[in-house]
Amino acid sequence: MNPNVLALLPEIILTLTGVLVMVAEPCLAPTASRKPLGWLAVLGTLAAGAASWYQLAFGTISAFSGTIQVDAFSIFFQLLIAAVALVTLLGSLDFFEGNASHAGEYFALSLFAAVGMMFMACSVELLMVFIGLEISSISTYILAGFRKGQATGSESSIKYFLLGSFATAFFLYGVALAYGATGSTTISAIAQGLGASATPRMAFLALAMIIIGLGFKVSAAPFHVWTPDVYQGAPAPVVGMMSTAPKAAAFAVLLRITFSGFPEMHHRWAILMWILAALSMTIGNLGALLQKDVKRMLAYSSIAHAGYLLVAFTALPREGISAACFYTAAYAAMNVGAFAVITQVSGYSEQARSIEDFTGLALRRPLLAGTLSFFLLSLIGIPFTGGFFGKFYVFTAAMHAGHAWIAVIGLLNSGVACFYYLRLLAALYTRRSQARELAQPDHVLSHRHVSLPAEAGLTLAVAATLILGIMPGPIVALAERAGLATIPAPHLLAPPDRDQAASLWCTQHPDECNTHVDTANR
Amino acid sequence: MNLDHQILTLITFIPLAGAILLALLPDKGKTMQWGALAITLFTFLCTLHLPAHYAYNAPAGSFQFDQNHPWIPSPAIHYHIGVDGLSMWLVVLTGLLAPLGVLASWNAISSRRKTFYVLFLLQQVAMFGVFVSLDLFLYYAFWELSLVPMTILIATFGRTANRRRAALKYFLYAFIPSAILLVAVIWVYTRTGTFDLPTIASQHLLSGTSTAMWLASLAFLLAFAVKVPVFPLHGWLSDAVAEAPTAAVMVLAGKLGLYSILRFYFGLFPAEAHRISPLMIALGAVGIVYGALLALTQNDLKRLAAFATLGALSFITLGIFTFTIAGLDGGIFHILSESISGAALFVLMGLLYERYGTYDMRELGGLAAKLPWMVTLFVITTLSVVGLPMLNNFVGEFLILSGAMAHHHAWTAVATTGVILSAAYMLLMIQRVFYGSLGDKPEAMRTWDLDPREHLALWPIAILMLVMGIASPFWMRAIDQTGTAITQQHEDLPQTIRIESETYSQAAPSQITTASAHTRIPEATR
Repeated sequence: MNPNVLALLPEIILTLTGVLVMVAEPCLAPTASRKPLGWLAVLGTLAAGAASWYQLAFGTISAFSGTIQVDAFSIFFQLLIAAVALVTLLGSLDFFEGNASHAGEYFALSLFAAVGMMFMACSVELLMVFIGLEISSISTYILAGFRKGQATGSESSIKYFLLGSFATAFFLYGVALAYGATGSTTISAIAQGLGASATPRMAFLALAMIIIGLGFKVSAAPFHVWTPDVYQGAPAPVVGMMSTAPKAAAFAVLLRITFSGFPEMHHRWAILMWILAALSMTIGNLGALLQKDVKRMLAYSSIAHAGYLLVAFTALPREGISAACFYTAAYAAMNVGAFAVITQVSGYSEQARSIEDFTGLALRRPLLAGTLSFFLLSLIGIPFTGGFFGKFYVFTAAMHAGHAWIAVIGLLNSGVACFYYLRLLAALYTRRSQARELAQPDHVLSHRHVSLPAEAGLTLAVAATLILGIMPGPIVALAERAGLATIPAPHLLAPPDRDQAASLWCTQHPDECNTHVDTANR
Repeated sequence: MNLDHQILTLITFIPLAGAILLALLPDKGKTMQWGALAITLFTFLCTLHLPAHYAYNAPAGSFQFDQNHPWIPSPAIHYHIGVDGLSMWLVVLTGLLAPLGVLASWNAISSRRKTFYVLFLLQQVAMFGVFVSLDLFLYYAFWELSLVPMTILIATFGRTANRRRAALKYFLYAFIPSAILLVAVIWVYTRTGTFDLPTIASQHLLSGTSTAMWLASLAFLLAFAVKVPVFPLHGWLSDAVAEAPTAAVMVLAGKLGLYSILRFYFGLFPAEAHRISPLMIALGAVGIVYGALLALTQNDLKRLAAFATLGALSFITLGIFTFTIAGLDGGIFHILSESISGAALFVLMGLLYERYGTYDMRELGGLAAKLPWMVTLFVITTLSVVGLPMLNNFVGEFLILSGAMAHHHAWTAVATTGVILSAAYMLLMIQRVFYGSLGDKPEAMRTWDLDPREHLALWPIAILMLVMGIASPFWMRAIDQTGTAITQQHEDLPQTIRIESETYSQAAPSQITTASAHTRIPEATR
């Protein structure tokens, strides 16, 4: 197969499916169910995931004049994005409840967002990254305001759009500065140009700008202010997706840029990351303590989790990258799961918003409450869940690099965090008070039946969280391959066994180390 | 078939399988009770395999019935489980208390039984896991897991409206030090490259600057001391005990924390443990008196029992930190006997509550005539708690005090007053509840004496108290191996610190010079 086609196979499949959904949508009668379109989108996502998996056998694929590089690292994130999109789509097949007139667009936009994110994960050229970023951002801006006619939804969308475009501007400015300082916008060329750069300060400024831009996207403090409002206003399935998949993609980009684009400045940007991590964890967890709205609380919790993830950046390259990859996967599984449960509980109209509204859920819908509790326990970081192993890997990596204090800050933060997660957890299992029952006789918790595809999506999320907590071996292996795949900087900070590990891997798996270069374009 | 290689896995995970089974069964009639009783009894029978096939003449410090399988390749985490004389008896004890807990909850838990028994069985899994794990990571996972079912049990089945606060308090008290413990565990891993406790302890792999060693050792000690609890970290105890249902109270305090100190704190940081021991002995002695004095002033039976427990646990702390064979053996034995007496006491109090709906001693009184069987058992248990010779607690307390007397006269004298005070508050309680004029509640209510189920639950325990008091060497054979191993750990250290050879005459072999004092060899440094 032509390397160019091979490299972008998942993206091509997703785009074609998205276009197909858009074309099919007007062909359906206005009153007809939009579910077939949803199933089409699900199939497309599955095919894209399969295509990513298929790429894994080819080792590193370099395409489009070296602007696209598909390796274990990008495939890890692409699989993750496909899985998140799958759970979200399954959960929202029956989401619209008669408000289905725009459902087709919803499915198409979800697919396009996924295309953009996958594109970000596999681009090694900053302008290509920017294009991916824009594709995914614009789709999510629209998705955030998808419940038309609701003021909070529009507010959410506008806020996300304004601050998001501000952030992308920062990113673009950083790219321009990087070009000025190193003469290139390709990540590997930046790394080479960095040594010869006459203006290292400008190069660092460029990196700082890029970090700010991406910091907005991953909602790291102090660039987090948009998060609570946007999450509160956007529909729950959309929040489930946009709190996980775009963050994963942005972290993928950030990992590539920092570890392979600016390896020589590791000691400098590691400090930046240290500060961002400490701030995000602390602000996120303290902010969540007093929230009454469940989605707002989870928004702050997602800020805190971005902080835990940033801790991995302070670590040594290989360990740091694989820990970050693993944490992203664990976080995505539990967070998308938590929002999928909230989608099922509160439905399209989202009457149930506050922790008070969720009180007594276990008495009415024990299985959903149990599932939500499981995800909350994973978010706390209780053993035998993905969240625990994620934290464990991240903090182990940081400790290996000698950053014991960030680990202390982080784990103390997880102690604070359990307070607010437990508040929701305890509410789920408590009876509603008499006074409240009288004041509000018809309960806001809907009694909708959880549809079969939604059940499948939830099962997938539960299984993923559990497997990541009990049998993390295969995912860790994949994450370590991802860590090896990003361009090594052997002279720098690397543990001495890294090159040996890389060469050992190549002798054991010779086909995976072949580089398929598109000679046609050279 | 030789079960020796699977028995620990079986013991640990039978309750888990049982919990899943119960979750699938319908909650009708007495299904849950009978199911839970069958599962816990079967688990208990399995645990009896351990003392039956234990090699009592094995060298000190070795682990038996062990299983070691790689679990996660990187970082190198193993599924390594095994028991020695200490953990074997704790596993048996945990197995014994479980059916007792089910019998005690038979009628007391009337609604949401499925939730209760499933969580109760999960708690068993976590406790077995803690006692058998020899891999630090595996151990930590079970240690954290043990918090969750207990917290939900307290929050859901607590007695008063205060239950959510008590549950949260318990969780935060335990979780925050555990979070720091995780940092220390990872630190140990980064220094040694392994999570395997026997490897680290026997080869003295752990080394670091003295500040780092101290910080890490304090992180371990703090997490464990809160869970025991050691005075002054007992803030969560009385609330949690007062709220938690009987079956949960029996396993709430003591065992997990004390075991962890003995196995992991002493195993990883012998030098630091020796140096901090005077402080811990002092805290133990203060805790004994403090617990006893507070117990004297309580009107609530459960709070009284909570402070009595604090006193007993302080005794054990005092004993194990003496680092004498007598103190350690006594401490370990006392963990067993205190748990059994404490469990019996809590069950009896729970039975009173079932009948009269109160734990308040002011509302009770004069019950001896109405409940003759109950008062018999209550008095036996009380005498056991007080430490009457021939009963179980006497053995432990005597050994602890004799072990402590060698080097710490003053603190031992303080601790001994605790024995007297405990007699005072326990006998006062008997007097207030069972003798004197009939209280308001008993006068108004017609109740029944012990029914067959309750007899069945309590008499074996009462007999066991007597047997443990008379035939303590049966238990001591295995316990002594661990006690000896712990005292040897410190002597085996490749270096010594001069100050200790002055404080403890038995510590320093003569061939070790002060020149080697600072050679914590960085060979394991990576």
